[in-house]
Amino acid sequence: MTTELPKLKADPYNLIITGVGGQGNVTASRILGNMLSQMGYYITIGETFGASQRGGSVMSHLRVSAEETVSPIIAKGQGHMVIAMEPTEAIRVLADYGNMEIKVICNTRPIHPMGVIAGEQAYPSQAEIEERVNDISGQAWFINATDEALADMKNPVYGNIMLLGAVAATGELPISRDDFEASISETMTADKVALNLKAFDRGLEMLQ
Amino acid sequence: MTALTDPKSNQHHLVMGNEAFARGALEAGVAVVAGYPGTPSSEIVESLANVSKERNLYVEWSTNEKVAMEVAAAGSFAKLRSLCVLKQNGVNVASDFFLHLAGSGTRGGMLVLTCEDPGALSSVNEGDSRHFSRMLEIPLLEPGDFQEAKDITKWGFELSEALKCPVMIRSVTRLSHASGNITFGDLPETDHKAEFKHDGFILDPDTGPMISAPVAYKHGLQQQKVQQAIKMFETSPFNTYTGPGNPELLLITSSACNLYSREAIKLLGVQHRVGLLKLGTTWPLPPKLLEKHLRMANKVLIVEEVIPFLEESVKILAMELAEEIGIKKFFGKRDGTIPSTNELNPDIVIGALCGILGMDYAGLTAEYSEKANTHLFLGAPAREGTFCAGCPHRASFWNISQALKLDNNEGFVCGDIGCYSMAVLPAGYSTLKTLHAMGSGTGVASGFGKLGQFGMDQPVFSVCGDSTFYHAVLPALVNAVHHKSDITLVVLDNSGTAMTGFQPHPGTEKDARGEEALQMNIESICKSIGATVRVADPFDFDETQKTIFELMGMKGGVKVLVLRQICALSPEKKGIRWFDVVVHESQCLGENCGCNRLCTRVFKCPGLVWDTEKKVSKIDDAICVGCGVCSSVCPVGAIENMEVK
Repeated sequence: MTTELPKLKADPYNLIITGVGGQGNVTASRILGNMLSQMGYYITIGETFGASQRGGSVMSHLRVSAEETVSPIIAKGQGHMVIAMEPTEAIRVLADYGNMEIKVICNTRPIHPMGVIAGEQAYPSQAEIEERVNDISGQAWFINATDEALADMKNPVYGNIMLLGAVAATGELPISRDDFEASISETMTADKVALNLKAFDRGLEMLQ
Repeated sequence: MTALTDPKSNQHHLVMGNEAFARGALEAGVAVVAGYPGTPSSEIVESLANVSKERNLYVEWSTNEKVAMEVAAAGSFAKLRSLCVLKQNGVNVASDFFLHLAGSGTRGGMLVLTCEDPGALSSVNEGDSRHFSRMLEIPLLEPGDFQEAKDITKWGFELSEALKCPVMIRSVTRLSHASGNITFGDLPETDHKAEFKHDGFILDPDTGPMISAPVAYKHGLQQQKVQQAIKMFETSPFNTYTGPGNPELLLITSSACNLYSREAIKLLGVQHRVGLLKLGTTWPLPPKLLEKHLRMANKVLIVEEVIPFLEESVKILAMELAEEIGIKKFFGKRDGTIPSTNELNPDIVIGALCGILGMDYAGLTAEYSEKANTHLFLGAPAREGTFCAGCPHRASFWNISQALKLDNNEGFVCGDIGCYSMAVLPAGYSTLKTLHAMGSGTGVASGFGKLGQFGMDQPVFSVCGDSTFYHAVLPALVNAVHHKSDITLVVLDNSGTAMTGFQPHPGTEKDARGEEALQMNIESICKSIGATVRVADPFDFDETQKTIFELMGMKGGVKVLVLRQICALSPEKKGIRWFDVVVHESQCLGENCGCNRLCTRVFKCPGLVWDTEKKVSKIDDAICVGCGVCSSVCPVGAIENMEVK
């Protein structure tokens, strides 16, 4: 392992990407994991897919260490950052892995659970969600990534890349636009790289 | 992720556990690979199929796991290294052949790699197939991290060749579907030569016939191999100890629990009090190694998932060694220190350690936990699983459940394994009333269909997917036809093994390697065995429900309805919008309509939501895929399928 690796704010640094099955959770964790792995960090990612992802809550635990491979499941209360692709999922993750120092980046576009669609349960307002997340986190950012992606780029999936851009803007992890570009250039065509960079930049701006 | 055939060794690669297994097989020079898709195992065969040409492999998705094991065994008999990949249920399916394979022995190294699902994250059971190793008397290996997943696979082939018997490797979801960094080794040459020698002396393992008889002799031979395995396991590098020379507590573990245990010990800061014995060779256990470590401590904690398999093996050895090592105090599943159901995690191990060591630990403070759980309860509505927007299964179960309700004769549906298993839930209108193994829906229905003799006259249905049809429904269907059982089988044909990632099956045009295959047709097969067959598009409600009533009206014998509509997530369909679906606000009568919100309260597609301000339904553009089915649900025609702009 190289010795020049930037020191992490915590080792392992525990990040959770959460959302609803089908939102692109796994892809987002791979992109972020690959960026950090190529820099030389040990990455451990725990995730589930298959039946568990159909319409249900999904989580990827992404853990970054300069020293070793760790457990693919984070222990309770030990999260450092939550990236929520769906706003109420942020609250669900905080209840298990949160603490009063944790950072949260939260997409504001809701996906209504079946119980809400059926009228059996209520979905909280944006203001209520923000209040609840703020009450149980150290710092939280709310960005309308999905709607921006739908309006600007005609595909909600780019909202996920905006969220990754927002992660870079927080300075919590040693990642930059250049690392992102280098990482995606290995697997994507030039036109896709350009679109992804546009989304990443938009995410960076949204937090500044 | 790194390309699996990256020739660069000694570099830091981030791979999924399943890719680590695949890379290990490639480094060992595997030639024949067969499996049946099942979460969390599928990516191993998939990733090897993707490099099959480059690495000169034969890779297939077999009809079911028993056939997969037989196909892989043929490779071994012809002196090639072979790999059979399955999930825990698959081991049961293959077990009849597996037992005989242990008797006949193998030639080229042969691994049976089972990826299991403690907690049933993507299963309808949490079966633990480790006990098969004890029952069949074959070695069992369990890697403790991602690097070992690769390395133990490579070594497993050598072990199998040395012993001339199949070797079982067990993984779990949190290794198979987790990712970590590993270092690659070298890839060997890819020239394989297959030859099956069969004319030698009947007892010659290299040139005689491959049979499990004479049984007592072959069984005895197998037990000698177990003794040989024990000797090799005594010095295996996959069994490691970390901790002080005289720990207060010896923690014995394997597999993903190794990572949870390491995390727990570190978080509690008890490295100086707890010794960690991580075992990679979990059956048969090496007694000298266990003796050495059991001597160290008076208290022993065994951490493993599902059944107390390791715990029982350790206790038997400890009993046999009691005179030398003294009496130990054991903690594990049998005394309730570790739960006997569901998957484990670092917190469960922390809880066990705190109890034994007399410590307090709270990862989540009581104050935070109380506050966060209040927010969770009030601000995060529960999310239950459902079919994807545009899923043909929602339409199929809508049709079946509507028809059964209208018929009003207590008709019911026997379920099977696939995404459509979710029809036990409200997402599929709670249509399925039995749910067991692959193919069991039709087998159970075949039995129900013969209960008229005892006065049962309820309509009996079963469902299955297209891949499941070939896997295990066929024998049940043949049974039902032969016995003139009065049932209707609905085949939910979405053109691929959708749940696990669209793997091919005998009904598809291509095989695992993308080569042209002989495509079979479900309706022709059913007709040829004597069933009455109809085909319909589940998106066409009128036609489908009319056909269901027609079939229900035919008394006696097997009826088959093939409901054909491709999966919304399939590569052919994903991203293709048939319609721009709109809800005309002026036409939707909202809560004043007599339908009582049929579209959102009952039909419940995630793409169609309720606008709580306007009190009408509306399309969610980020979720709707434009299948247009909901337009058939609205009784006043407020939902319209417009041409895509």
